[in-house]
Amino acid sequence: MSFPWANDYKPSHPFMVWMDEKLPLPRFVYNAVGGGYPVPRNLNYWWNFGFLALICLGIQIVTGVILAMHYAANQGVAFDSVEHIMRDVNWGWMLRYAHANGASAFFVVIYIHIFRGFFFGSYKAPREMVWLLGVVIFLLMMATAFMGYVLPWGQMSFWGAKVITGLFGAIPLVGEPIQHWLLGGFAPDNAALNRFFSLHFLLPFVIVGVVVLHIWALHIPGSSNPTGVEVKTESDTVPFYPYFIAKDGWAAGAFLLAYCAMVFFFPNALGHPDNYIPANPMQTPAHIVPEWYFWPFYAILRAFTQDFLIFPAKLMGVLAMFSAILVWFLLPWLDRSPVRSARYRPLYRKFFYALLVDAAVLGYCGGSPAEEPFVIISQIAAMYYFLHFLVILPIVSSIEKPDPLPYSITEAVLGADDHAALAAKA
Amino acid sequence: MADEAVIGTEQGEGVRRRDFINIAAVSAAGVGGLSVLYPLISQMAPSADVLAESSTEVDISAIKPGQAIKGMFRKQPVFIRNLTPAEIAAANKVDVGSLRDPETLDQRTKPGKANWLITMGVCTHLGCVPLGAGEGETKGEFGGYFCPCHGSQYDTAARIRKGPAPKNLEVPPYEFTSDTVVKIG
Amino acid sequence: MIRIFSFLAGLFFAAALAWSLVLGTIGLSHDGLPHTVEKAFHEHPHAPAGGFSFDGGFGKFDNAQLQRGFQVYSEVCSNCHALRQVAYRDLAAIGYNEAEIKAIAAKAQIPVYDPKTGEVKSHKGLAADHFPPVVYAGQGNPPDLSLVAKARHGGSDYIYSLLTGYTNQPAELLKKFPEAKTPDGLHYNPYFANLNIAMPPPLTSDGQVTYSDGTKATVDQMAQDVAAFLMWTAEPKLDKRKQTGWTVLGFLLFATVLGYMSYRNIWAEKKGH
Repeated sequence: MSFPWANDYKPSHPFMVWMDEKLPLPRFVYNAVGGGYPVPRNLNYWWNFGFLALICLGIQIVTGVILAMHYAANQGVAFDSVEHIMRDVNWGWMLRYAHANGASAFFVVIYIHIFRGFFFGSYKAPREMVWLLGVVIFLLMMATAFMGYVLPWGQMSFWGAKVITGLFGAIPLVGEPIQHWLLGGFAPDNAALNRFFSLHFLLPFVIVGVVVLHIWALHIPGSSNPTGVEVKTESDTVPFYPYFIAKDGWAAGAFLLAYCAMVFFFPNALGHPDNYIPANPMQTPAHIVPEWYFWPFYAILRAFTQDFLIFPAKLMGVLAMFSAILVWFLLPWLDRSPVRSARYRPLYRKFFYALLVDAAVLGYCGGSPAEEPFVIISQIAAMYYFLHFLVILPIVSSIEKPDPLPYSITEAVLGADDHAALAAKA
Repeated sequence: MADEAVIGTEQGEGVRRRDFINIAAVSAAGVGGLSVLYPLISQMAPSADVLAESSTEVDISAIKPGQAIKGMFRKQPVFIRNLTPAEIAAANKVDVGSLRDPETLDQRTKPGKANWLITMGVCTHLGCVPLGAGEGETKGEFGGYFCPCHGSQYDTAARIRKGPAPKNLEVPPYEFTSDTVVKIG
Repeated sequence: MIRIFSFLAGLFFAAALAWSLVLGTIGLSHDGLPHTVEKAFHEHPHAPAGGFSFDGGFGKFDNAQLQRGFQVYSEVCSNCHALRQVAYRDLAAIGYNEAEIKAIAAKAQIPVYDPKTGEVKSHKGLAADHFPPVVYAGQGNPPDLSLVAKARHGGSDYIYSLLTGYTNQPAELLKKFPEAKTPDGLHYNPYFANLNIAMPPPLTSDGQVTYSDGTKATVDQMAQDVAAFLMWTAEPKLDKRKQTGWTVLGFLLFATVLGYMSYRNIWAEKKGH
């Protein structure tokens, strides 16, 4: 579906006319990201991060396919093959640093994209499906990133694999068999390394597939916007091309500047030194942490230190860590406020900022050693996290009195919207 | 499309300047995209460790006349053959002008070491390993090497005589470091 | 329905966390914050006076220093520590020519397994060979040094600090933590993670090596040089990385500015946004 005023694709060149009859791919592109897709004119820069995420996915797939040409997934040579890439392969050092930092860049962009959704209520009807598919993409990304981090077969790779697969051991009765099945052994070894490599190669293409669905689902109601007021008339929108191509284009340049500064000048800043030590199953590093993008969830996992009722602490931690993401699936039904944008929701806005701080605190605790005071802080922060989504949001959305909304997007941008006002009267 | 968007109320100079900036921006993106291709393509070329593949030293003291051994150079077989006087004579008897790839035995060996024929064991047709260096292998119609893949026949100087191969077996760079040791590469 | 269920789930998680929190706080009020000898006496690595030549965005390796560092590695460290990621041919990057590299490599014996005889033989090192493994039978496990500068927090600063950081255990430490006396066979070093390192001080006296370029071989100088050398072994492409980085950033800045101008152009008549 699109708005009735969307530009129609009119091929002029005979070849394009012929092509349009046989395989209307140009028409498809035109309607998806070209002049045929009307977009709210008031999108701010927070709306650029979807496009940036697409760039990150592209960078990861291109550099990843290339690294796979030189990498060897065997526990005896994996570590050395990465060093071979770093030392001997032409431009190998650059490709590997681009891939390693590309993962971090991807998560930075995705977290901003997700929090943009939290703030502007992008998950609300009629865009629930866009949101649900987005959470699926995030879960796939986490799985992909985790398995990718195992591949260099350094100390953190090995112990990360061991600890994360150990999570499944918390499941009552079937936990241990599942853990052994996942690893193909009793501890991470060749079998695990090879299947992680295989899946690490496969999952990004699954992500591409879900991204297509995500964008498809988005195009049915059209993009949301910072006011949260739905598009009413043509003056509320501009065509995606050239307006948002130009905006996404220069934002991509700015993003690449920051990303390349990391790749070329601080390539190891976000990594962990221990991963430059070859995997040693006999010795655990003093302080094991996952990559930074897992820290908030890792903090939630570690916050459960005591058995509770009939639930062992280990099971609670695992349950909570997965629930911390799974609650996002319920979000469209937990927040029932008819107003989307937090700009017009004074009470919700306060809790949004609290969540932002809460996530940062959880992240900091997750990256710190498992000792006091970090455990206590992460317990408080994890408590807020669950209360925020499961208790506070439903209550806030029913008791809050929102600020008055603008009549239309055009009114929000230009101050007055005679056209829409006339249409409404008629 | 870009033109519609760019043409505002101003005309003439302003429009041309604006078009220029848009074209420049798109060109810069194009140049950037193309330069990224360079490392993406050159990563497939042989890496530093492959290029540094060491030279091989082979002890030839145990090779009796009429025998041959296989060595390895750049991950490919190399044939080291101690020719008998009869094989040398057979090679020298051939009219060089009639050959597909005219070379004399002397051009293919080191001075004073005409009995040591050192060639790559790679058929110049499509790269199979010819027979004739191993114990009991057929040496083909011309007493040199025979490639079983497509039937190329090489003579006792490893020159192509019959079959599809276009060139003689390649002679790699080598030198005798002593009477019994040859260094290939 | 979803909201009733969620409400209960939220309270369940909160209650479990509160339970952990209460018990944790009680425990904490008993024991106080962890106070260990490592926390109290561990020191953070520091750079040598003047820093390293490769620090900062424009910093580069200094080949004379790397060659001195290589000398320290060869004469001192290599007795116990291997360098297996580095090949002799790589030394060309720090200014040795082909003949020098051949001579350096020829001094090494590279073990090769002979499948015919089942014995491990060895041949003289060639430029294409990697540094051979080092057999070490003593106490401790000397790590391979190829990547050590990237495998420790603080990198080359850490190596420098550790090499120059050997000292006697402070009296104050023994007073506060009487059980933390350095065990026999270990050596006190405040830069080492648990303060007691198995490696005896490797650089002990000025003039331990004789530099061919005439630089005075003080302990501080040798520590700096070998730290720089090990940064090179860990990140041999550092110079090229930074150089490429500036070109890339320069181009991106130019392209981004053009992109921004183009964006302003295209949106000019849609202002009000």
